[in-house]
Amino acid sequence: MNAREEIFSRIRTALADVTEPDPALDVPIEWVYQRPTPMADVLDRFVETVEDYKALVVRVPAAEVPTRVATLLRGAEVSSVVLPAGIDPTWRTAIVAAGIEVREDDPPLDRMELNEIDAVVTAAAVGVAETGTIILDHAADQGRRALTLVPDTHLVVVRADQVVSDVPEAVGRLGASVAAGSPLTWISGPSATSDIELSRVEGVHGPRKLLVILAE
Amino acid sequence: MTAEPQARRTPAPSSTYLGMPKFQKNAKAKLDDPQLRKNLRYATTTIRAKRAERVAEVADWEELRQAGEAIKTRTLRHLDTYLAQLEESLTRNGATVHWARDAAEANQIVIGLVQAKGVDEVVKVKSMATQEIDLNEALEQAGIAAWETDLAELIVQLGHDRPSHILVPAIHRNRAEVREIFLREMKQYGTPAPEDVSDSPAELAGAARRHLREKFLRAKVGISGANFAIAETGSLVVVESEGNGRMCLTLPETLISVVGIEKVLPTIADLEVFTRLLPRSSTGERMNPYTSLWTGVTPGDGPQEVHVVLVDNGRTKVLSDPIGRAALRCIRCSACLNICPVYERVGGHAYGSVYPGPIGAILGPQLRGIETELDKSLPYASSLCGACGDVCPVRIPIPDILVHLRHKVAQTKHVPKLEPTAIALAGWALSDYRNLQFLERFSTLAGKTLSSRSHLGALPWPASPWTNARDLPVPAQESFRQWWKNSHKEGER
Repeated sequence: MNAREEIFSRIRTALADVTEPDPALDVPIEWVYQRPTPMADVLDRFVETVEDYKALVVRVPAAEVPTRVATLLRGAEVSSVVLPAGIDPTWRTAIVAAGIEVREDDPPLDRMELNEIDAVVTAAAVGVAETGTIILDHAADQGRRALTLVPDTHLVVVRADQVVSDVPEAVGRLGASVAAGSPLTWISGPSATSDIELSRVEGVHGPRKLLVILAE
Repeated sequence: MTAEPQARRTPAPSSTYLGMPKFQKNAKAKLDDPQLRKNLRYATTTIRAKRAERVAEVADWEELRQAGEAIKTRTLRHLDTYLAQLEESLTRNGATVHWARDAAEANQIVIGLVQAKGVDEVVKVKSMATQEIDLNEALEQAGIAAWETDLAELIVQLGHDRPSHILVPAIHRNRAEVREIFLREMKQYGTPAPEDVSDSPAELAGAARRHLREKFLRAKVGISGANFAIAETGSLVVVESEGNGRMCLTLPETLISVVGIEKVLPTIADLEVFTRLLPRSSTGERMNPYTSLWTGVTPGDGPQEVHVVLVDNGRTKVLSDPIGRAALRCIRCSACLNICPVYERVGGHAYGSVYPGPIGAILGPQLRGIETELDKSLPYASSLCGACGDVCPVRIPIPDILVHLRHKVAQTKHVPKLEPTAIALAGWALSDYRNLQFLERFSTLAGKTLSSRSHLGALPWPASPWTNARDLPVPAQESFRQWWKNSHKEGER
């Protein structure tokens, strides 16, 4: 017997006491999936919980997003930025106008090149109010995973209609992306550690600065 | 001609778990370390408070726990079905699936895959499964350096140490010790720590960032575990904080994930339950900083060669016990460690394996079998206060399983003759009131003789094992029957 066959045979022997073949009939699950969590105002809660992680959040009207992207990058003293291919072209124009060097990921930059770039600007897939989480499904306006990982500053633009109350609704919205094989990155604040005497330090290997624009 | 002993590539761990003495002996040694007890008390108290605060925010927490329990129970009772589905989904999405019966087989598979890439180093995401199989040492012996990249795991590795907590493996080290380790060791294995680094956690984290960055940027192979494996879609999920996980999962060309067969979840929808339960139970956060999900190979994004090693290593043994199998529901949050009065006092090393605390006391002996002195002692590493069962996010009845395992241990042991004799005597005394009355004459006499004292200290054998650690009250001077007779008139009852 090879390892696979032997493990399956061990499992079947171990489960000799299970007589109902249908998992759903054998163990019913009393849980309503994708239920929203009640809250006064989803957007207010989102801003509050993201700020709790020491990320910077600004709420701006959709029309002002390009200029705010540029001013936030300048405020963070960013001199070079990498942009995913599918980014809103008006953001790119504003960034270039602000005198910030724009690097394209086409052909893909290698990790050493990425490591030399200060910042990345992306859109997002979903925002989660209750947990302050921003989820990327790495569509064309978010780029491949390494882009939002290696540069030290990540500026992410979340649209108001992308923000949901809590994780169940978020997972519901992401089902199609996962089924299509897209990876997901859930981001809740800048990278952090509490490994030394449980003292929280913001910023370890992932981006140490997380800037969030909520576009309404 | 004898070969030169090859120089090690990574720091050697100073101790091994093999041949550890029984828990009680380890515990006694640890109790003598006031610094350790201080570190542990501070750490467990802090995490407990954070957890309690975050759990209280969730209105449907109990329902959520029940859902977590039900989903895991369903999965375990039909594990063959879900594993077959997982394998099919993974393969369809471009991952290669390997099966390992035990630790040695899993290590051999990983070594083979790394050697096939022609590299002699790998970067690692913190993973309980790879610690359980002692993958790092197996790789070291094959001439491959495995670099731990989680900050606490780095402290443990550079400190020639062993982890003492599932979530915060360096919980037993304070900042001054960490600074010393970084200054002494980092320069031997790569980018040194700055000579003027202080002991502030922020500066030490900065030193770790610089030390590991070059390793991330050049690594060709990454090794991870997985918190969850979704059968329906073939997706693996890693939950982390620092971004070292994302580095290992994203930058190398080849990714090897070592996953216990009990990590499977039926559907992607089930993630909504576990991603709410885990961070709040574990670090006491609403959500951990980073969660990565990937499904086999994503063209143009991340590793283009993806392997998944599914490991049994005793899990099917645990599964075969209908009571004990609930331990396989564990999502490695470590809430039971932080709440445990025994863990808080002795720390993780006393448990002698990678799984410490209450969960380790039920999982370890079941995974390895109740054979060694250590594994026979672990079910007794508890006061059965029940706090661990109350905080468990997947409602594992840890105290019940501890008692169940004690029963199993007792069956393997020679029962001392004294015990059946004592039970037979009690049976005789309680079977007829006249027998009891007869015996009470002796106990009240003893009570009167010892009336100047309130309790008894250590007594000679056979009472010594009990009275060495406990005080015994002096017997009453009159029995209940005598008291009733003296204080109630005839016919007044």
